Amino acid sequence: MTQIILNGLFVGSFYALIALGYSMVYGIIKLLNFAHGDIFMFGAYIGMTCLTVIPGIGSLGIGAIAIVLLISALLTGATGVLIETLAYRPLRSAPRLSVLITAVGMSFLLEYGVRQIWGPDPQPWPQAGRLTEAANWPAGLQWGAQRIDILGGSLTGAQLVLMALAVVLMAVLALYIGKTREGRAMRAIALDKRAATLMGINVNATISRVFFIGSALAGVAGVMHGAYYSSITFLMGFLLGLKAFTAAVIGGIGNLYGAMLGGLTLGLLEAFGTAWFGGEWKDVFAFVFLIAFLTLRPTGILGERVVERM
Amino acid sequence: MSWLEVDGVDVFYGRIQALHQLSFVVEEGEIVSLLGNNGAGKSTTLNLVSRIVPASAGRVVWQGDDMARTAAHDLVARGLVQVPEGRRIFSTMTVEENLMLGGYRVRDKKAISQRVDQVYDLMPRLRERRSQEGGTLSGGEQQMLAIGRALIAAPKLLLLDEPSMGLAPLMVKQVMDIIRTVNQRGTTILVVEQNAKAALRIADRAYVLDNGAVTLSGPASQLAGDPRVVEAYLGG
Ligand SMILES: Nc1ncnc2c1ncn2[C@@H]1O[C@H](COP(=O)(O)OP(=O)(O)OP(=O)(O)O)[C@@H](O)[C@H]1O
Ligand SMILES: [Mg+2]
Repeated sequence: MTQIILNGLFVGSFYALIALGYSMVYGIIKLLNFAHGDIFMFGAYIGMTCLTVIPGIGSLGIGAIAIVLLISALLTGATGVLIETLAYRPLRSAPRLSVLITAVGMSFLLEYGVRQIWGPDPQPWPQAGRLTEAANWPAGLQWGAQRIDILGGSLTGAQLVLMALAVVLMAVLALYIGKTREGRAMRAIALDKRAATLMGINVNATISRVFFIGSALAGVAGVMHGAYYSSITFLMGFLLGLKAFTAAVIGGIGNLYGAMLGGLTLGLLEAFGTAWFGGEWKDVFAFVFLIAFLTLRPTGILGERVVERM
Repeated sequence: MSWLEVDGVDVFYGRIQALHQLSFVVEEGEIVSLLGNNGAGKSTTLNLVSRIVPASAGRVVWQGDDMARTAAHDLVARGLVQVPEGRRIFSTMTVEENLMLGGYRVRDKKAISQRVDQVYDLMPRLRERRSQEGGTLSGGEQQMLAIGRALIAAPKLLLLDEPSMGLAPLMVKQVMDIIRTVNQRGTTILVVEQNAKAALRIADRAYVLDNGAVTLSGPASQLAGDPRVVEAYLGG
């Protein structure tokens, strides 16, 4: 039981990271960014490549994951900004459907671009960056691969560190959006772009910033995913994108706390579903909940609490 | 040279021409009013100056500089701030946050909090409601908030789009008094109004706009007595 909850919270913490980006982008430009899941996938491929090509990285243990997280976050952030600038911005005043279709196009572009570079087969995650095996972990960092008991269940040290990282990232983001000048500007744009412009806010630059942050979080989640499941494919962003969307809907799309809550909720639901009904049903749960929420409570758990909405 | 010069401007929305060779000026320290009925082009004129809508002919010159290449969001830093039609308060943000957003381009945090205090002194109702959501304020309070929000940027020229819209007579008077006070403290004002009576009471000069062009102009006191204005805008 405890173990199921712990697994659910771990998986949920990176669903939450992806859902955050989804929700932020929706909040600020009302776009369901279908390419967001593929940014996550791209982040995983960047991570895998870094773990393979950077000399000596294999001996750094959890340090390797830290380096890879950083590189991946920066590159996926930049990719998100690029996509927004080139593909979405020119359509800022176009009908919503045009932008939506463009987002689907960007999703395909990322998927098949990655397939072109790394090939169609699933790629094994390099030993050096795995969370579940002790291979090559240097002295002093073995704790990263050891299981730590928590109330009768256990997680590896590295898993705990990554969960903590996700929590810290979300807390920092919540503070940034809620309390800083730039965060206020983002919320202002979400409410009224014209009025925001009249306040002197550079709307395009601020939207770019949102895409950077959201995409970087997805990149972080991509690395976490690879490190946990030990294998990645160029199509995995599709499913994860849908799950992040589900998490965002469960929490109330556009609502940041909702995205975090929705991600954790979905992780837990899946963990219990897997334990009770078997792993093959795992993905079905997500979509049952998506449909249930969309029909019964489309505003999500946190509903219309628009204060945190951005 | 005038502070603000709008010179021979045409503005189109698609094939509809909203402004026809529009020209007017605003001098430092004045309150200038732009009067006109629905659809006369008043909002378009303010949005032209705020660089929200582009001119297809003519120029807008502010303090000697042609504004054609300045981005809308950079005008605040040049001292040009607009209070838009319908107030456009950030409805789910608090009064205080709305005011803080007015100071988005002000880097000096101390200056912002000083100005927030000044705004609260000028409009004590806002101080009482500082942590209330903007959208829950009454229409008059929202208008005050919209003006207060603009003042945090310490505008040189404040552009006001129908500040009296939808307000009860007593509230119209209060808002007009606030505008006059702001002007006396050194801010130049260009105020667009359908309520000619209220606007002419506080304005130094006025222009009457009809179908996107100036049809009459002169000192406010003189226009208030002009039979054409009386008939068309002051209810005979
Ligand atoms: N976004 C737009 N697209 C198309 N036409 C527009 C647009 N905005 C204004 N117009 C047209 O331009 C003309 C001037 O409009 P404007 O809003 O400037 O008038 P106004 O004097 O502010 O009117 P009101 O008193 O009703 O606010 C009108 O004929 C209007 O229909
Ligand atoms: Mg108007």
